[in-house]
Amino acid sequence: MTIPFDLIIQIFVIICAIAAITVRDLLSAVMILGAYSFFMCLMWAQMGAVDVAFTEASVSAGIGTILFIAALMKTTRRTKD
Amino acid sequence: MIIRGEDIIIKTISRVLVPFIQLYALYVIMHGHYSPGGGFQGGVILGASMVLLFITHGYAEVNRKFSENIAVLFSSIGVLIYSGIGFLCLLLLGNYLDYSKLYKILSVDPAHARSLGILGVEIGVGFAVMAVMFSIFFDISTGGVSPDDEEEAE
Repeated sequence: MTIPFDLIIQIFVIICAIAAITVRDLLSAVMILGAYSFFMCLMWAQMGAVDVAFTEASVSAGIGTILFIAALMKTTRRTKD
Repeated sequence: MIIRGEDIIIKTISRVLVPFIQLYALYVIMHGHYSPGGGFQGGVILGASMVLLFITHGYAEVNRKFSENIAVLFSSIGVLIYSGIGFLCLLLLGNYLDYSKLYKILSVDPAHARSLGILGVEIGVGFAVMAVMFSIFFDISTGGVSPDDEEEAE
């Protein structure tokens, strides 16, 4: 029995999404969000939407992560709540 | 505020890597009309290469090569190319962005003129997206205040 490729990607996406909102360190949350974007990119490519996958990889995982880190430099790294 | 670092490994590797990233971005823009990619994605990759230079080499060096005023100018030029091609098609008695009418001034057949018109629009979108992405990062990392102004205030 082989596990379908899209099921594995789906499990990784859900793990990354839950980890990104529960982790205490904001820099780690940004990095996990970047990993989430890459798994979403793999999912789009598996579904045949190569153009959407390209946009997800370049915009969300590339520039989006950089903008979050630039915003993090203006605040504290640890959450207060 | 991002200041100039002193790590020679990071600076050298980023200086070697930036031209290849920009070459790949130009490839994505140029092949956007018949393969995945296009003006938006290529422009984002081109902007990301500028951001990499900003992170590794600091504000002062990037501001000398590609300042914020030039970024604003480039974004306006990109929009001008896009809308200019659109209005050129209107002047040639077609619809807005009807590239096939461009064959009258390009001296090629209408199908080829359509391909060239889309390429021109992709180049305009690439310019605008590259400048705007760099400008957003510039504003977030400096907080809207350039270090030159701070020095004058002190």
